[in-house]
Amino acid sequence: MTNTWQDIKNANVVVVMGGNAAEAHPCGFKWVIEAKIENGAKLVVVDPRFTRTASVADYYAPIRPGTDIAFLNGVIHYLLEKDAIQHEYVRAYTNASLIVKDGFGFQDGLFSGYNEEKHSYDKSSWDYELDKDGYAQSDDSWQHPRCVINLLRQHVSRYTPEMVSRICGTPQDKFLHVCELFASTAAPDKAMTSLFALGWTQHSVGAQNIRNMAMVQLLLGNIGVAGGGMNALRGHSNIQGLTDVGLLSNQMPGYLTLPNDRETSFDEYMKTKLYKPLRAGQTSYWQNYRKFVVSLQKALFADAATKDNDWAYDWLPKLDVPLYDIIRAFEMMNNGQMNGYICQGFNPLQAFPDRGKIRRGLGKLKFLVTMDPLDTETSRFWQDFGPQNPAKSAEIQTEVFQLPTTCFAEENGSLVNSARWLQWHWKAADAPGEAKSDIWIMTGIFQRLRELYRKEGGAFPDPVLGMSWKYTDPREPDPEELAKEMNGRALTDLIDPATNAVVTKAGTLLDGFAQLRDDGSTASGCWIFSGCFTEKGNQMARRDASDPREQGIAPNWAWAWPANRRILYNRASADPDGKPWNPAKPVISWNGSKWVGIDVPDYGPTVKPSDGVGPFIMNAEGMGRLFARDLMAEGPFPEHYEPLESPVENVLHPKVSSNPVARVFADDRASFGSPKQFPYVATTYRLTEHFHYWTKHALINAILQPEEFIEIGEVLAKEKGIEQGGWVKVSSKRGEVICKAYVTKRIKPMTVDGKPTHVIGVPIHWGFTGQARKGYGANTLTPSVGDANTQTPEFKAFLVNVERTTAPAA
Amino acid sequence: MSELQSQDYVRISATTMTPPMARSHEDQVAKLIDVSRCIGCKACQSACMEWNDLRPEIGHFEGSYENPADLGPSVWTLMKFAEHENEQGNLEWLIRKDGCMHCEDPGCLKACPAPGAIVQYANGIVDFISDKCIGCGYCVKGCPFNIPRISKQDHKSYKCTLCSDRVSVGLEPACVKACPTGAIMFGAKTDMQQQAQLRIVELKTRGFENAGLYDPQEVGGTHVMYVLHHADKPSLYSGLPDKPRISATVDLWKGFIKPLGLAGIALAALAGFFHWISAGPNEVTEEDEAEGERVLREGEEKLS
Amino acid sequence: MSRPKNAIVRYTLANRVNHWITAICFVLLVLSGLSMFHPMLFFLSGLFGGGQWTRAVHPWIGVVLLVSYLGLIVQFWRENLLNRDDAAWMKSIDAVIVNDEEHTPPVGRNNAGQKLVFWSMTLLIPVLFFSGLTLWEVYFGSATSIPVQRAAALIHSLAALAAIIIWIVHVYAAIWVRHSVRAMTQGYVTPGWAWRHHRKWLLELAQHGKQDGAIVSTRKPRT
Repeated sequence: MTNTWQDIKNANVVVVMGGNAAEAHPCGFKWVIEAKIENGAKLVVVDPRFTRTASVADYYAPIRPGTDIAFLNGVIHYLLEKDAIQHEYVRAYTNASLIVKDGFGFQDGLFSGYNEEKHSYDKSSWDYELDKDGYAQSDDSWQHPRCVINLLRQHVSRYTPEMVSRICGTPQDKFLHVCELFASTAAPDKAMTSLFALGWTQHSVGAQNIRNMAMVQLLLGNIGVAGGGMNALRGHSNIQGLTDVGLLSNQMPGYLTLPNDRETSFDEYMKTKLYKPLRAGQTSYWQNYRKFVVSLQKALFADAATKDNDWAYDWLPKLDVPLYDIIRAFEMMNNGQMNGYICQGFNPLQAFPDRGKIRRGLGKLKFLVTMDPLDTETSRFWQDFGPQNPAKSAEIQTEVFQLPTTCFAEENGSLVNSARWLQWHWKAADAPGEAKSDIWIMTGIFQRLRELYRKEGGAFPDPVLGMSWKYTDPREPDPEELAKEMNGRALTDLIDPATNAVVTKAGTLLDGFAQLRDDGSTASGCWIFSGCFTEKGNQMARRDASDPREQGIAPNWAWAWPANRRILYNRASADPDGKPWNPAKPVISWNGSKWVGIDVPDYGPTVKPSDGVGPFIMNAEGMGRLFARDLMAEGPFPEHYEPLESPVENVLHPKVSSNPVARVFADDRASFGSPKQFPYVATTYRLTEHFHYWTKHALINAILQPEEFIEIGEVLAKEKGIEQGGWVKVSSKRGEVICKAYVTKRIKPMTVDGKPTHVIGVPIHWGFTGQARKGYGANTLTPSVGDANTQTPEFKAFLVNVERTTAPAA
Repeated sequence: MSELQSQDYVRISATTMTPPMARSHEDQVAKLIDVSRCIGCKACQSACMEWNDLRPEIGHFEGSYENPADLGPSVWTLMKFAEHENEQGNLEWLIRKDGCMHCEDPGCLKACPAPGAIVQYANGIVDFISDKCIGCGYCVKGCPFNIPRISKQDHKSYKCTLCSDRVSVGLEPACVKACPTGAIMFGAKTDMQQQAQLRIVELKTRGFENAGLYDPQEVGGTHVMYVLHHADKPSLYSGLPDKPRISATVDLWKGFIKPLGLAGIALAALAGFFHWISAGPNEVTEEDEAEGERVLREGEEKLS
Repeated sequence: MSRPKNAIVRYTLANRVNHWITAICFVLLVLSGLSMFHPMLFFLSGLFGGGQWTRAVHPWIGVVLLVSYLGLIVQFWRENLLNRDDAAWMKSIDAVIVNDEEHTPPVGRNNAGQKLVFWSMTLLIPVLFFSGLTLWEVYFGSATSIPVQRAAALIHSLAALAAIIIWIVHVYAAIWVRHSVRAMTQGYVTPGWAWRHHRKWLLELAQHGKQDGAIVSTRKPRT
């Protein structure tokens, strides 16, 4: 989230698209209700199904799964046509006026620089025209044909309401009404908040879906303001923390990039990281990148990381592919390239696409370690559970080690919520049986491996042997110790170069990342967490709920990264002169000498408005990007690409129907179905009653939603002779699920490109372990393909067939 | 829940006595369910199960999000989901938390034959006192809302207690505490009525012209009330009765037939008694015996 | 069993056993039923071990009663068929009531009052049984709709009241008409009793002798 949960109450319009906030985030959804009741907000829901969120919405519009970009580009088309944008904001705070390179272009579904063989782009033309000083050229009059706003106008010109309706199946009047509601927040004192989740990420164009809405929000002037923002509602506790500390295969803690194998030296690596400002006088925060990396290396390797060995840069792993995501991991397992697998708090057999492929992959492993508080399906993949898991145990040689772990309530620690708050929690109960904390288990594995490396050497023992491990109890580091390590401390006395005075004594916990240095004098395990555990104590454990303006910002409740800032880009909440756009809901403002307000400024605290520094200080041009430069795999503007499995061809450019840079493994491509065989669009999702595959182990949740089912519209059900609550077989090219049918008015057939299109809803929560009734799991059906940027699987749009059937064999 | 609260009883089932009156000054309470901000998450259902230690069986999917499929001895509250297409052709998904309405004039209490098995406290809560319940199921027939359910295991009747145990120590009912959107509120009935008016005004500004409060006077008002967007058609909400009233049949059965019946029985007995002391027994006389003997003798002779 | 000379068997052992099973059931049903009918009589449930037991046992007794009464119907239906004498008897009910045998027309084995009791019960017991079934929560609680159950409850109580009043008349008549009770306990009546109350029956017996189970016991007691 750029904003906070509480801040939602400040919105005038709440749009839930690409998510189902009421069902997936019922507790946080109270702030939407608050916005409606206290702020007169309108709630808009755009979703293939009429969800529980839609049940309390002021306006609902249906959309075919996987066509959000067509919808949102249509919104941009509408806003530009009707001139319903916040002009002053767009001019001052976005890159609308910057001029794009001459070579940039878009034709027949492809941007300039496409390499058909590699399924990737040479992105060199996706950039600004620079002047002789290396600054981006601009045309504030917006007359230049290649200034961003005009290129955008041209790009979205195809997304007329007729086209949107043709692609998305959304009736034109409904689409236009949604546009009107969005446009109402172009007024400087009005804000719209976008609440989204996996409904946008789990597509082959997931990142572009989100980016598309971010562009809408920039045009409406809704980023950085109270009641605005792009608010990703994170589903999993602690998934925000997981990404923050870099548990993705291409990242290091604090969103630092893991080096690739072309970056053979630290200098080479840093070359592409120290973004130079693209505007005169602009702050570019990534100038500090080196400080973050060096401090991380000092935290990892302590004294072994020195200036002379480039801070042990060579000890970092180097990627030979863009990322080792899970889809790739299972591809490698199936190819015999990966022989051991450690599943920590992860249940891929249920949670990842194409269960058949996952099961086959697990069966080829030499060993599988699962660490989980629950008896997961993955741990039992080798056992025959009937049609729901028809494994032939005798043929599987994988040795499975099932290690029971503690649950969050059985240990101290912090969780990061969607609003980036690190909230400390305290152990409430002892763990049952032989369960041990993840820290204890991981430490045990580490220590034993290190011992083996010490005794036997090995290919590259240095990073393992050189790892710093100075904890009070080296067998089980204390969560507080780890938190302090992430916060960081001064390793030597820190001296102010101007006065030569010692500003921070050696050993002191740091107050924030501003104190980090690139000379090895500071260590910080996760620079964005710096400030969470200072000499003043555990900031995450703070529980002061006072909210000075009753505006949803309680600065002394827990601690938010970065720097306890609650609303990102909050400089943009004020106009160029520093006066709040919405005087009724100010976040920060310029008082003549400094920035003051209810939040920590996302800006130099004393940088004058007249200095003209852009508010988006993480970007080299200081502006919100309507044109993404080279940061996205598919192109600098979002373009509608059909899901990999789609009932129709892309009407905009049939030759480039789906994402041209999607990575698809050959055997995965072979398992895509055609609309002839599998004529219906399916989408998977969660229900309030359950949390992923966990709560089916909990009796009350199992009672509240006991059995696997799909949702099917009345028209299709009638056509197929499917009865309410009767048995159906849903099949894709990859497998079949036999479950109950919920025949509902909440899914209606849509007219897509003139043809009726039916959507089938597949809730995900069941499996063959736990208390609820045995089920197959939705991912029996889903395709193994991910978003081109993140490789998040396309769970939300694929093709199936559905037939009436009888109960599966017991 | 316990005899400790017996002085709070203002209504007691199957009694001809006057309930204790000395302490009936307590504020009436009410639970207000604002259907317009309910998201059907079932937090109330799970809180009810948690607080009251209720664990019904794991059921089946039966064609709706309603689970368990019905109220039961271990299911005291249940989210009901109704898919409704309005006049404009737009879908509305009307979600209502079902459970005991805690009528001011409770039909269950009226029908109950077991003294003290159903009581109403001064605060308006209607409670089933299990150790006095005989499991006859009359409360089921008395209830205009189809709420009580009889357990097949222990043959007791069960329903929502409005967490009378929590309320008696100043806590809100468990469902109220758990509701994430504030759709369930609890307090003095007059406060809840005011709160409802605010909500109704707001709903009318959103185009729900018929928004209103459901506090049916036919049962003397209820201590569980709903804010409905369509207060003109309560039955849209999974069959919430438009005009709930204690059935005339029950009224008759539990009304004047009871005294009349007893009187009839007593009258019959008395009539016999007075007949006895007036007309006296009908005795066989010696003449009768002689006549009888004679007839028999003559008959025998004739036959032989 | 010692019997006086010339005793006439009015009820066979089978008749009597059947009657008393019915009677015991009926009394138990009245007690348990009334305890659930009016709060002032709830104390009667104590006779059955409390309210729960009363509720549990009442329908089962009802089942026994029904079966038992079916037996009575089989045994007695023929002799309770109405005839002309019944009309005459009913017309002289004033005389009947004041023990004025002179003005009471002679009747056969059963008088109209007895027949009325028989047929009323024959009607009421099935009504009570079937309305009771719908109220039998444990087994049939969900077999019928609640409005049906409400109507059944009303019908059950009205029918029960009628049955109780008829039963009171029946019991009182047995006490009032002396030695009737003995007919149902020991099975016999004296010729005088038969002469006084069921003259046509006696005459018939005298005419036909040992017949139809209505047996004259002469000097030799029948074995």
